[in-house]
Amino acid sequence: MEERTRTDLENLKKPNGSSVVSLLQEVQEKYNYLPEEILREIAKERDIPLIDIYSVATFYKAFSLAPKGKHKIVTCSGTACHVRGSEKVAREISRVLGIEPGYTTKDGLYSLENVNCLGACALAPLVVVDGKYHGNVTPAKALELFKMYTVHEKEEKEEAGCRCATAKELAK
Amino acid sequence: MINLTLNGMEIKVEKRTTLLEAAKFYGIEIPALCYDEALSPYGACRLCLVEIGTGNHSRLVSSCTYPARDGLIVRTHTERVIKARKLLLELYLATCPSSRTIQDMASKHGVTTVRFKQKNEECILCGLCVRMCAEQMQGKAIGFVNRGIKRRITAPFAKKSEECRLCGGCMYICPACQARCQGPQEENPVCNACLNLSPPCLDYFQEAMCYMDPCVACELGTGRKAKFTY
Ligand code: SF4
Ligand code: SF4
Ligand code: SF4
Ligand code: FES
Ligand code: FES
Repeated sequence: MEERTRTDLENLKKPNGSSVVSLLQEVQEKYNYLPEEILREIAKERDIPLIDIYSVATFYKAFSLAPKGKHKIVTCSGTACHVRGSEKVAREISRVLGIEPGYTTKDGLYSLENVNCLGACALAPLVVVDGKYHGNVTPAKALELFKMYTVHEKEEKEEAGCRCATAKELAK
Repeated sequence: MINLTLNGMEIKVEKRTTLLEAAKFYGIEIPALCYDEALSPYGACRLCLVEIGTGNHSRLVSSCTYPARDGLIVRTHTERVIKARKLLLELYLATCPSSRTIQDMASKHGVTTVRFKQKNEECILCGLCVRMCAEQMQGKAIGFVNRGIKRRITAPFAKKSEECRLCGGCMYICPACQARCQGPQEENPVCNACLNLSPPCLDYFQEAMCYMDPCVACELGTGRKAKFTY
């Protein structure tokens, strides 16, 4: 962890990311969440009160303080999506994953989020998986989508063969 | 200097004076929950509302954050203002009935019922503690987290803060931490045990007719019909 924090901070010191939000965005992108020790380090190095960083980190839905799953699924319950039945879709996704929005599956593969409008209302109801927008989703279509990703996951696992560190190294 | 009209008086105040400060200077009391002389204004509680402008163009603004402007017509005790204040106090009573500060204010302003769903929050999000910690104690140990209905005050990661020096400043200034007295109405959401003022002149006029607070004449009884009997 020490090593990792050092190099990260070097990078974060670049002049472009001076605001707390952009700093946090960088950290979030890198780790998929905001690790506590990194936030503490940033506060120290940059002389920003930790509480200010923490406030921003908890304010925006885009940031997460708990580790996120490998795949991020976002459902929309904005007006347009709601009117076109996003609720059923969200419920179906919750059912197959076995988690409520805001949580991550036990295997660490999927995180479920719910937002209010993604700005693509023409495609309502909308589901975003890993940044890819899927429009006009029905519960059945959501199920298909999910299957697609599980198959993909399985293949990846098989490719890696055994899941030990050496195997992963070889698979690279 | 800035010239403005405060409750019909022509007054002069320094630049960058807020309406609340101006009113205070001229001895007019405006209730405020999230304001403290020693801290920067925050505008969260809205209790310090005053009416600016006249006729159809008048509007309510929070006096603690509104800077005095030349020619501004300010009225601090109109019917509209008092109605809004009472409603706010009623909401605060419903949110945090255990606070002595709020109970006292409610009594003082003649709020005797609570029509809203009763909650028992420990915090009204006035932000006084945050400003106290940051501005007077150089602590910056606590702050607002989350947003919307989940918004609350805490130290980072909800753990004991390294910055906190346990000075107690935050608790000293917190209006919700001042527990109410265990008086006769201890269990009721509204205590009113020391209710004393509701300007009876408001029964006859649009605006309170004097600036006495508490209103001595009313208490002695001027022969006019009082709104509350006690
Ligand atoms: S007790 Fe701690 S949190 Fe409260 S004002 Fe003092 S330093 Fe800040
Ligand atoms: S803890 Fe007290 S001072 Fe701080 S915001 Fe809540 S009510 Fe205000
Ligand atoms: S003293 Fe007279 S004018 Fe002033 S509040 Fe009481 S009744 Fe109204
Ligand atoms: S309502 Fe879902 S994208 Fe706008
Ligand atoms: S004192 Fe002005 S809004 Fe609270």
